[in-house]
Amino acid sequence: MSEPLLPPIGMLAELTHRCPLQCPYCSNPTELMKANRELDTETWLYLFRQAADLGVLQVHLSGGEPTLRRDLEQLVAGLSSRGVYTNLITAGVGIAEGRMQALAEAGLDHVQLSFQGAHAETTERIGNHRGGHQKKLETARRVRAAGLPLTINAPIHRHNIEEVPDFIELALSLGAERLEIANVQYSGWALVNRDALMPDRAAVERQVAIVEEAQERLTGILNIDFVTPDYFAIYPKPCMGGWARDAFMVAPDGTVLPCHAAHTIRTLTFERFGDRSLAEIWTDSPAFNAFRGTDWMQEPCRGCERRELDWGGCRCQAMAIAGDPAATDPACVKSPVHARMGMLIEDALASARADRENGGRPEESFIYRRIAATTQLA
Amino acid sequence: MIALRERALISLDSTPSLPNHVRIQFDPVRQAYAVLSPERVFWPNEVSLAILNRCDGRSPVSAIISSLATEYDAPEDEMTGDVTAFLQEWANKLLVRP
Ligand code: SF4
Ligand code: SF4
Repeated sequence: MSEPLLPPIGMLAELTHRCPLQCPYCSNPTELMKANRELDTETWLYLFRQAADLGVLQVHLSGGEPTLRRDLEQLVAGLSSRGVYTNLITAGVGIAEGRMQALAEAGLDHVQLSFQGAHAETTERIGNHRGGHQKKLETARRVRAAGLPLTINAPIHRHNIEEVPDFIELALSLGAERLEIANVQYSGWALVNRDALMPDRAAVERQVAIVEEAQERLTGILNIDFVTPDYFAIYPKPCMGGWARDAFMVAPDGTVLPCHAAHTIRTLTFERFGDRSLAEIWTDSPAFNAFRGTDWMQEPCRGCERRELDWGGCRCQAMAIAGDPAATDPACVKSPVHARMGMLIEDALASARADRENGGRPEESFIYRRIAATTQLA
Repeated sequence: MIALRERALISLDSTPSLPNHVRIQFDPVRQAYAVLSPERVFWPNEVSLAILNRCDGRSPVSAIISSLATEYDAPEDEMTGDVTAFLQEWANKLLVRP
């Protein structure tokens, strides 16, 4: 190891894969788990205690839709009793009256609410859920009424990229502290739907200008976090802040992974909580150690001055596009296969054009996220 | 109509506080104080921590500065710029409420 192993700071807990929405860019794996594979309350609470002992300070409670877990208040209380900062990542539909208040009383620190569109029609089309937008607005209101801080999360792609200014207005009107303009990362369902989701370069450039102007204008009023689109980048992002460096995630069945797409690297085996403790997995799991630090790197990363800034980028994107999880992230201009990113953008745009010429409606080319849809993929 | 929040500027009369999405706590694992916020964890140095701990929503910035000047035995007028700049920066990130 080139540097000492530090304790993890953050953990993403995917409590369930169940979700009332069917977003075609969902980051969940294409093989979704049914409810009977989910860890029970006691096991999650035990895992959370071990996480706190290990040094985890922040837990993002996610899914699927985490509020479908009826024990969510109990889980929040367990984390809160250990001083862990809890962030609920929700789609905000189907949450019963009074639930936000109960979660706040259990010690919840923050809510991140996703909007698939800035307008009702878009939200409903992308999430494939009628009435979704209204329900989300109501959830936002309840979050504020419960005295909880609010982040609006807007996953951006071809079908809503022109709504970025409206997302900013929406976040302001809901009294949010933060807005995430998060360009879709092409893993999970988003990779399956890449051709249907990819924006064009001009739209991306307009978006960058709009976000930068708003960040400046709204300084001290609304924090806008901008997750830029990898396919249009020059350098990659430090995915997860580096592989197994300060964060990890847990799948609904207790499998512990360095990031939510890591299972796409088939050469790695991921361990389950219960078979081993969290501390053992964090320090010893061969999958966690596979791409830690910089020792695993090949050229051009190995000799690059940015290697401890971006840690070579995303291993899953290297796997998906370069076919080698130890390759330089193809989003990097120094990657020998960087040009493939541009070709994939062109392919996606060509398929969009063909779609339009055939009089197609964009949602008809989506493969919506659902358990049965997996068979369509084979 | 929505009443839009305005960007607040830190002055000597402001009484800064920590918003409810920001929490300072001691981390026994790392033996250090951490500032927890929605997406990030900060590790403030001793002086930053001393400033943040005094953001109780009652003390004006001028009083915070005198108290720091006494504790660190430094001239108040030298500290004024640094402390207000620090608070403004944190207010800009919505980590301190002016
Ligand atoms: S991205 Fe959409 S489908 Fe996936 S978990 Fe979130 S709300 Fe549900
Ligand atoms: S070559 Fe590797 S380390 Fe250098 S910028 Fe590209 S991805 Fe980062």
